[in-house]
Amino acid sequence: MEILVAIALGLLTSAGVYLILRQRTFPLIVGLTLLSYAVNVFIFAAGRLVTGLPPIYDKAAAGYTDPLPQALVLTAIVISFGMTAVIVMMALGAFLETGDDRTDMTKTDPSEGDTP
Amino acid sequence: MMGHWVIAPVILPAIVGAAIVLMMRHDLLLQRVFSLASTLALLGISVALLVAASHEGPEMYRLGNWPAPFGIVLMLDRLSALMVTLTAVLAVCVQLYAISTDWDTRGRHFHALFQFQVMGIAGAFLTGDAFNLFVFFEVLLIASYGLMIHGAGRDRLRAGVQYVAFNLVGSSLFLFALAAIYSITGTLNIADLAVKAAALPEGDAALFRVAAVMLMLVFAIKGALVPLHFWLPATYAHAPGPVAALFAVMTKIGAYAAIRFGVMVLPPTNPVTGSLIADLMLPAALLTLIIGALGVLGAGTLSRLSAFAAIASMGTAFIAISAFTPQGTAAALYYIVHSTLAGAALFLITDLVVDRRAHDRLTEALPPIAQAGLIAGLFMAAAIATAGMPPLSGFVGKLLVLDALRGQAALVWSVILVTSFLIILGLARAGSTLFWKDHASAPQGDAPAHKAEALSFVAVGMLLSGLVLHTVLAGPILHWMEVTAAGLHDPGAYIAANQLPEVK
Repeated sequence: MEILVAIALGLLTSAGVYLILRQRTFPLIVGLTLLSYAVNVFIFAAGRLVTGLPPIYDKAAAGYTDPLPQALVLTAIVISFGMTAVIVMMALGAFLETGDDRTDMTKTDPSEGDTP
Repeated sequence: MMGHWVIAPVILPAIVGAAIVLMMRHDLLLQRVFSLASTLALLGISVALLVAASHEGPEMYRLGNWPAPFGIVLMLDRLSALMVTLTAVLAVCVQLYAISTDWDTRGRHFHALFQFQVMGIAGAFLTGDAFNLFVFFEVLLIASYGLMIHGAGRDRLRAGVQYVAFNLVGSSLFLFALAAIYSITGTLNIADLAVKAAALPEGDAALFRVAAVMLMLVFAIKGALVPLHFWLPATYAHAPGPVAALFAVMTKIGAYAAIRFGVMVLPPTNPVTGSLIADLMLPAALLTLIIGALGVLGAGTLSRLSAFAAIASMGTAFIAISAFTPQGTAAALYYIVHSTLAGAALFLITDLVVDRRAHDRLTEALPPIAQAGLIAGLFMAAAIATAGMPPLSGFVGKLLVLDALRGQAALVWSVILVTSFLIILGLARAGSTLFWKDHASAPQGDAPAHKAEALSFVAVGMLLSGLVLHTVLAGPILHWMEVTAAGLHDPGAYIAANQLPEVK
């Protein structure tokens, strides 16, 4: 199971990094999402991978799984969900303002300065 | 003992920010009154916390009343109290400026976002738990995303997307580092980490080193350390002036976290990491300073000049931190306070100039601006402080940094001195284009009228007088910083205040 999880993590991360480097907002957002999935699985794995064991105190339990990473993952999921929503809105705003979806600033003439 | 007051810097802006969104969103005057009152109250509270922390040593506050390391705690010590007070001082000045120049009318929810931003910054400084630090990073970042694109505009939105994307990657890296550290040590409480990191079993050393470097990379992103500084120039140059001034303290969060973790959890005396962090940080910091200075010299606009000056100041601060000696840490703390005030003043003055000129290009002179004499004087003072020339505190700060790095004098001294010269050149060139050549090139006549906005000059004046105070009281302040640094290098009191259970 460890090897499967490790391979999945590596695939998710490398695909995420590749997409982030595409310099277009849509691949960028998908890449960030993949990266956050990879992080979530990684945090989960940080509490060691066990099957069928309870996280909370139980008299009959043979062993326990670490409940803390599960709480951390919940927090991380909520935060990355909110952040993705923010960047989608901002990317949409930038696309509507500028007319293209590039994420680099090279086409912008620094002397134009349309900042109010 | 400060009791529940320890959490007040987090709770107060959170409540006021929510109240502004829910109850006052149609009444700008009410927003301004409540927001300013909240920031002033925060200043009062943070000064009280600072006094308490300097007299009574570190203090713990249990968030859920669970004991550390199981529950999350806030830790008030001299360093966190200092940084919260610095944030509050900066927030008051920036807010006065934003109100006076009507920046808060150019978009919606400025004051609410401002309060949430302050809440996130205060929380990041106060927390005693590494994962909670991540959460407060996200709170301050999500507020900063809103502030960054306040007033919108083409370039600002595009720079905003870059900024958000860069920080989201940084957050992912932070989570990777935290999860790796948790899987090794089984704790995320900073004091507990400091204890456990010093006594790791042999087999975990390699993984812990990787996690430590990843953690430091995250703080390097926040602190705009080369090669992770790319987000800063575009962000700061396109952010609204007052927001960029408030962001002056955001890069310092990277420096704060690097001190907190670098000195307390991963010191060079730690057998696992050894001098690894210092060996990586010093070259990066030197490069940061060089890139910042070259940027100041070559910047095409005044906003980019201020942004690169911020990068250069972070380079100097990280050079001092990378010494990992009490003397170096004290110098870094002195310089961080100085560069926050000086950087914020420079950004506010930039905004004053941009507001009065058609553009802020430094390549051509324009006719004189309104209140040119006063603004030129303020720019001169801020430039002296930024470049580190006497008589202002930048000089004292750089002297302290030089003194702390006598060990590597040849390399470090030459870089700091040469870059200081470059920064002086860059600022002098900018000042003469903006304020002198305008008279020579422009047709004679009065400058176009502009609203007086006295309060905005008061705000800049407050920041500059803060710098003067920081210079005049350099002796007592430095002594205070030295005690603070000693407490960080020997964190016994901090760890004891966490009341960790005995390990069986």
